[in-house]
Amino acid sequence: MIEQAVKYLIFAAPFIVVAVFWAMARAERRALGDVSSKTLFERNGAAISIYLLVAVGFWALVMIVLPQLYMVDFSFHPKLLPREYGGPKDHYTLDNYRYFIYGSTTSSEAYNTLHLKAFFLTIVASLGVTAFNFCFCYPLAYYLAQVAKPERLRIVILLLILPFWVNEILRAFAFRVIFATSGLLNSLFLGFGLIDQPIDFLGLDIGMYTGLSYAYLLLMMFPLYNAIESLDKNQIEAARDLGAPWWHIHLFVVMPFAKPGIASGCTMVFMLTAGALAAPLILGGPKSLWFTPIVYDRFYQAFNWPQGSAYAFILLLTCIVFVLAVLRVFKVSLGEITR
Amino acid sequence: MSADVELDKVSIRFGDFVAVRSATLKISDGQFFSFLGPSGCGKTTILRTISGFLEPSEGTVRIGGRDMRGIGPNKRPTALIFQNLALFPLMTVAENIGYGLRVQGMPIAERRRRVEELLNLIALPGQGDKKVSELSGGQKQRVAIARALAVEPKVLLLDEPLSALDLKLRQHMRNELRAIQRRVGITFIYITHDQGEALTMSDRIAVMNAGVIEQIGDGKSVYDDPATAFVASFVGENNPFPGRVAALANGEAVVDTPFGRLLGRNRSGVKVGDEAILFVRPEAFRLGRGGEGRSLEAPVASVAFEGNMSHIYLKGAARKDIIVSIGRSDSERVPAQGETTAIHFDAGGGLVLPVGRLASD
Repeated sequence: MIEQAVKYLIFAAPFIVVAVFWAMARAERRALGDVSSKTLFERNGAAISIYLLVAVGFWALVMIVLPQLYMVDFSFHPKLLPREYGGPKDHYTLDNYRYFIYGSTTSSEAYNTLHLKAFFLTIVASLGVTAFNFCFCYPLAYYLAQVAKPERLRIVILLLILPFWVNEILRAFAFRVIFATSGLLNSLFLGFGLIDQPIDFLGLDIGMYTGLSYAYLLLMMFPLYNAIESLDKNQIEAARDLGAPWWHIHLFVVMPFAKPGIASGCTMVFMLTAGALAAPLILGGPKSLWFTPIVYDRFYQAFNWPQGSAYAFILLLTCIVFVLAVLRVFKVSLGEITR
Repeated sequence: MSADVELDKVSIRFGDFVAVRSATLKISDGQFFSFLGPSGCGKTTILRTISGFLEPSEGTVRIGGRDMRGIGPNKRPTALIFQNLALFPLMTVAENIGYGLRVQGMPIAERRRRVEELLNLIALPGQGDKKVSELSGGQKQRVAIARALAVEPKVLLLDEPLSALDLKLRQHMRNELRAIQRRVGITFIYITHDQGEALTMSDRIAVMNAGVIEQIGDGKSVYDDPATAFVASFVGENNPFPGRVAALANGEAVVDTPFGRLLGRNRSGVKVGDEAILFVRPEAFRLGRGGEGRSLEAPVASVAFEGNMSHIYLKGAARKDIIVSIGRSDSERVPAQGETTAIHFDAGGGLVLPVGRLASD
């Protein structure tokens, strides 16, 4: 009985969420008192509206939400042989989550330090990568959006985009070539006599963090660029005319204006970095701790799909909660990000 | 310290294009000074140079006797009001006005008091907590002025700030601006292409054309005694009668125009044989025949009644009509369309200037 109820609850969840969001949107519109805004049907006509709803609904629910829900459901089951699913041994359990915390499905005496450490390190390191990406991209985005001449702009954007035509895994291996003990960077340093022992960049995780930082650079770059580009140049000049030094202008005029773009770039980079697989797998040293390879191992080394699902779900949920909390703190609404 | 603004042979070039050519002028402390000219004449470039966003290619800008070269806009005793105002949309009215003070590091309590003072000055008391988007066009205008005045500039620079407003509000804001200027007593440098604005508000006006300052003077002298053909045709309506100078007599010149020989004051010293233009203002014309050399005849092309006056358009020699403005109080009969009518002007009504480019309209 209870089994059935849990299953229904899991699969009804997205519809509840959709309903809640719809109600929130309605409430917001009423609160704003915007009478001029039309409904979807009034704006697009019946045929197009139905197409949009069906297409987006199919894409969102069937392609994204439903598989995820299967994973969620999976994560609450014990590891069984395929034919045993739905049989008498199948039941709902929190064992997989218990394993994440205690390293055992039965006892709760010791903590699963390895996995917990990897998990928190992943979150913290992703934050670091996001911060680095922001610091790197903001000046460049500002330059491109406000200072650069059109020809220069096109060239720089092309230079930014071109490397991303190369496959992510190839790019990771290229970083390996650069950072390996006998790699390009070490040969260069040794050749110039800057060092006399090769530096183990990969073992020090420098290779991994560089790869991670580089992987999602554009996803920080373009939201920032878009946001800053729409800022009226006169506002920057007005601030300068009123005596503001450059840092004050950036902190109190440009950044508040670009906040939605900053939030959008940071959330994307954070989420994707925390969930990145290629860079940690290829560039991670033997002692590297990153959570996604552990999840990967649950599936393909331990062949424990329920546990892998549980791990993946923990990461996803943590990231979503974390991002929503940060947006809340910085007073950015979800709607603003999509601008 | 006085805050005279001086331009000394200032030229500003963008590549090969000369935006301002050897501008020299002095604006005394406390004046309302306007740069008047058509768009693209270089007036905004001059303003940006005074405020420090541009450096002159040649020449010197001095404020209060101090050479401003190398001093950034954030370090000059000027404040600029942008054409689109450039208010900070995410800040409240009070935050906008207090921005410059915040940059200076003024304590919050003092800042709040000062902002409230400025809100009173611009007649928006107690409205500091409003968002900028909640204000009307005229209110935004006043907030922009208050924001600029907050940092107590010695010179306020205004870049066509009224151009976005509708006619009624624009006329109201002219008076308001003038009143604010009298109250704060600092120099206002105002950029406009609207001669009405320049004439009503300014102590002195510089008329610019194609990067060159053609004349500097008060409104009356610019209107009554234009120095060049461009100024004569740009400031106010004017009827040009081009021709060759036939004779000189008693400070007047006789110009051979398509309407016969006409007389005008000769203040710029044209000589016999020179190409010249005789200008007569529409309101200087009277209906009927007048003295020798001050009368002409032409058929009426159209008549426009404009309430307080009527404009009679006579067929001119070139493609342009001669405009005659008749006040309501004049008892003269307004001629009908097609009727050939005689008009005349009094001594002093005509002005002869050397030939030059006219303001295209």
